[in-house]
Amino acid sequence: MKEDQYILAIETSCDETAVAIVKNETELITNIVASQIESHKRFGGVVPEIASRHHIEQMTITLEEALEDAGMTLDDMDAIAVTEGPGLVGALLVGVNAAKSIAFAKQKPLVGVHHIAGHIYANRLEKEFEFPLLSLVVSGGHTELVLMREHGSFEIIGETRDDAAGEAYDKVARTLKLPYPGGPQIDRLAQEGEETIDFPRAWLEDGSYDFSFSGLKSAVINRLHKAKQRDEYLKPEDVAASFQASVVDVLSTKAFRAAEEYGVKQMIVAGGVAANKGLRAALQEKFKDSKTELLIPPLHLCTDNAAMIAAAGAVAYNQGHRAGWDLNANPGLDLELFGARKK
Amino acid sequence: MNVLAIDTSNYVMGVAVIRDGAVAGEYVTNIKKNHSIRLMPAIDQVMKETGMSPSDLDRIAVAHGPGSYTGVRIGLTTAKTMAWSLGIPVVGVSSLEAVARQGAFFQGYVCPFFDARRGLVYTGLYRSDMTLEKDETNVFMEDWLHQLKELDEPVLFLSQDIAVHEEKIVEILGDQAVLPKSPYHYARPAIIASVAEEKEPGPLHNLVPNYLRIPEAEAKWLEQQGKK
Ligand SMILES: [Zn+2]
Repeated sequence: MKEDQYILAIETSCDETAVAIVKNETELITNIVASQIESHKRFGGVVPEIASRHHIEQMTITLEEALEDAGMTLDDMDAIAVTEGPGLVGALLVGVNAAKSIAFAKQKPLVGVHHIAGHIYANRLEKEFEFPLLSLVVSGGHTELVLMREHGSFEIIGETRDDAAGEAYDKVARTLKLPYPGGPQIDRLAQEGEETIDFPRAWLEDGSYDFSFSGLKSAVINRLHKAKQRDEYLKPEDVAASFQASVVDVLSTKAFRAAEEYGVKQMIVAGGVAANKGLRAALQEKFKDSKTELLIPPLHLCTDNAAMIAAAGAVAYNQGHRAGWDLNANPGLDLELFGARKK
Repeated sequence: MNVLAIDTSNYVMGVAVIRDGAVAGEYVTNIKKNHSIRLMPAIDQVMKETGMSPSDLDRIAVAHGPGSYTGVRIGLTTAKTMAWSLGIPVVGVSSLEAVARQGAFFQGYVCPFFDARRGLVYTGLYRSDMTLEKDETNVFMEDWLHQLKELDEPVLFLSQDIAVHEEKIVEILGDQAVLPKSPYHYARPAIIASVAEEKEPGPLHNLVPNYLRIPEAEAKWLEQQGKK
């Protein structure tokens, strides 16, 4: 009989210090996230040096909390997984060096994980993958359509050519003078408003699955500017609803078209923006009669966490991937190259 | 006592293993290359060659700054997490004290410093028994040198960045200043280990870097709060 397998994972790529344990690739045992959001709010965004300082204060505390919550010890772990990139380099360094230290102290195997692979694998803690599958990854730093034909392989069929969707949300929120983080605020306002302004949709050339949000962002900022000059009142709820309608329309339409073209069995929505109510509703509507199964993980698995790193790390570990003692933070780590790396 | 000492707080990357109170191995480089990549392979090598396994360790010592913010965090994260994993204490040692100890037998004051750009230095002033005459601080070198001048005693300057400030030191302190050769200017990890052996360890989670400076964003924010 095969024994149970436990992976402990660390994620520190941005402003959350996170530790999780996953059993047998898909069963979540514990998922601890120490958020720094309160500290960064006063600056209106994440300050990298301050994020790094919080990570080192929180790292061992969060590790201890995870083991206590699981009622386990490091000796019970089969391997240690960690986000090696992409992300803020100083923040990543704390997690990478912590993971190496546990692995060295306890002489356990070490596995590096791509942050976006993690976001996609978050879904596997809820439902088993069926290939081929597509994932729409939307977060503060990413807007990508990723095709997976098998475990551990990633093919980017579309990505943003300028701003990430989450970035556009944050900038529009700042223009509307909404508190940080702006994404959830716009989503909330949009629920109360109506699409009264016809903002542009960047479809790009025929058949492209790429995205572009900088034109939309500028259009919103210009429209607000013009209104101010003319003393015209625009309801913020309506601006938010109109902006969100444009983003959501492009994302859901392209995701649906790609799902049809590639004949995928599942469509997985991943990343922090997957929590967006407007996006969820639009995708549910699009995929309602489709053969493709639409999967959106619960909120605590959409935002940054270490459970997703453990889930992706477990697969990498079982495929034979091992990191050496020279593992480093890699802020620009490429997803396709990560999938194609040698064992 | 078996101690592993780690220093990545400045250009020097140092690892030492003390076995039963005696130095068993030491690894030091003084190059501007990635500490995050090279630290764990160096620890692995020194441990292997001295015939030690992680579970043989009783204590971990680490240079906790001041120095490069990122460098200090690499060493401290490694030391804290390794100690936590092994259930042993971790002891932080000042990166300045580690350098000052190179002048422990000097008759007079010892002044270790690290350049902190724009005329600033991280520094402190040690007596020959290695107690502090002046607390560690982030200060303009010129102001600091005038303070040292008033002591009217010989001062041994120890710093990797000596060349940056040598002219000013000689100009202000003249014969009062003693400037040795290169091998005396960097911290040795075995010295960090021996300092840590004597110190009482504090709670592991509370050990944080000794930055001696708040982040720029925070300084600006505090300034704005003051204006309100
Ligand atoms: Zn993320």
